Amino acid sequence: MISLLLYYIEPLALSNSIVRYHFLLPVLPRTACLAGLCLAFLAGCGKQEAPKQVSGGDPARGQRLMAQYQCTACHAIPEVPGAAGNAGPPLEKFGLRSYIAGGIPNTPQQLTAWLDNPQAMKPGTAMPDLGVSPSEARDMAAYLYTLR
Amino acid sequence: MTNAMTPPLQSVLHPASPDAAIIAHLSWVLFGGAAIIFAAVMALMFIGLRGEGGRQVSARWWIGGAGIAFPVVVLTALLVWSTWRSADLSPQTSRGAMSIGVTAKMWWWEVRYHDPASGREVVSANEIRIPTGRPVYLGLTSTDVIHSLWVPALNGKMDTVPGRVNGLTLQADKPGIYRGQCAEYCGEQHARMALHVVAMAPPDFERWLANEARPAKAPQDALVERGRAAFLEQRCQSCHTIRGVAGAEHARLGPDLTHVGGRTHIAAGTLRNHRGSLAGWIADPQAIKPGARMPAALDIDGETLRALAVYLEQLK
Repeated sequence: MISLLLYYIEPLALSNSIVRYHFLLPVLPRTACLAGLCLAFLAGCGKQEAPKQVSGGDPARGQRLMAQYQCTACHAIPEVPGAAGNAGPPLEKFGLRSYIAGGIPNTPQQLTAWLDNPQAMKPGTAMPDLGVSPSEARDMAAYLYTLR
Repeated sequence: MTNAMTPPLQSVLHPASPDAAIIAHLSWVLFGGAAIIFAAVMALMFIGLRGEGGRQVSARWWIGGAGIAFPVVVLTALLVWSTWRSADLSPQTSRGAMSIGVTAKMWWWEVRYHDPASGREVVSANEIRIPTGRPVYLGLTSTDVIHSLWVPALNGKMDTVPGRVNGLTLQADKPGIYRGQCAEYCGEQHARMALHVVAMAPPDFERWLANEARPAKAPQDALVERGRAAFLEQRCQSCHTIRGVAGAEHARLGPDLTHVGGRTHIAAGTLRNHRGSLAGWIADPQAIKPGARMPAALDIDGETLRALAVYLEQLK
């Protein structure tokens, strides 16, 4: 990697002699080096931890449940058709979020419990208990963790 | 909410009333005839382009036969047959039928029933409940612009025109939920101006109407009472009536909410009805149905919003 970098930067560093050396540095390999560098950087950026797993949760079923319970009446959710309400936060990239409702650690257990009964975890929240069953909550949590 | 899991049907091709069956029959014959004629014209064109076939047919025969005689015969036959078939459609009259008043508004439907017990008018919204097996006459009007009521599984369209009453007869063969839609462009939320016709067995319908005529029941627990107080604090009664709540019995700008919890949908077919959708709708209707006449709640905390939604949900 460093050698690639030097190979590209060297002629720039010797800017006074760049005209002299220019013909020595074929254009095509330099372009290839540049592309390689970009790819290396991008690969570094794209590195993420694996999505959180909810045991027994089916994301596809969870996605359908999000539509069925009309979570979209309050939340804008990618890939879930319906209204895009403003009462709750948009759930885009929810799988990367640190906290639920601004303070509860976003772990599979906590999220499942939250979907099951929000008031029990944060009295005063506007989010109602919709009668989601524990297994439905697991499916919905599994889906929400796919949003990244 | 017994049928909440079954998708409501809005289809011309699945008629659920005698009138809709006639309309579907006419449509299929027209479609079939058009398909045969289209295939015949394509076949003639194919033969013509290939330039084969020995005998030439003179232009006079083409114009006189295929251009004049054929359409005259086919269209006359269709006219006679469709007129004869349409004669079986129900007359658009209130005579011998149960009458329901429907007023289209931007962008929802006010529905008024006659309560046989008290003789009073019972106001509801966005859902027309009818008994099965008998004609129901809808007296249709509008208070703003021209709308049109179309419940494809039950009948054709009928415009609602300000200042006049147009009649439309619905008759459902069997219990079910049939979705309808405003069918005349009427502004920003025309697409979200739907309604549901809920056809019920006659005894069920009578029970339902008797309940609908009753005022809202008094709150049974603290959360519901808090919701009722929030309804008044938020001045919801400026536009919405809840019969039985003092000070909230005379508003007609928005839908009557006396038994809102008993409806399958809110916001004219936009959201299925439960406490979550009610809360989301109250918090910001403009996010869900931009341009709707209802403003967003401005200063309502989360718990009060939830209480209000729970209160409305239990108004059945």
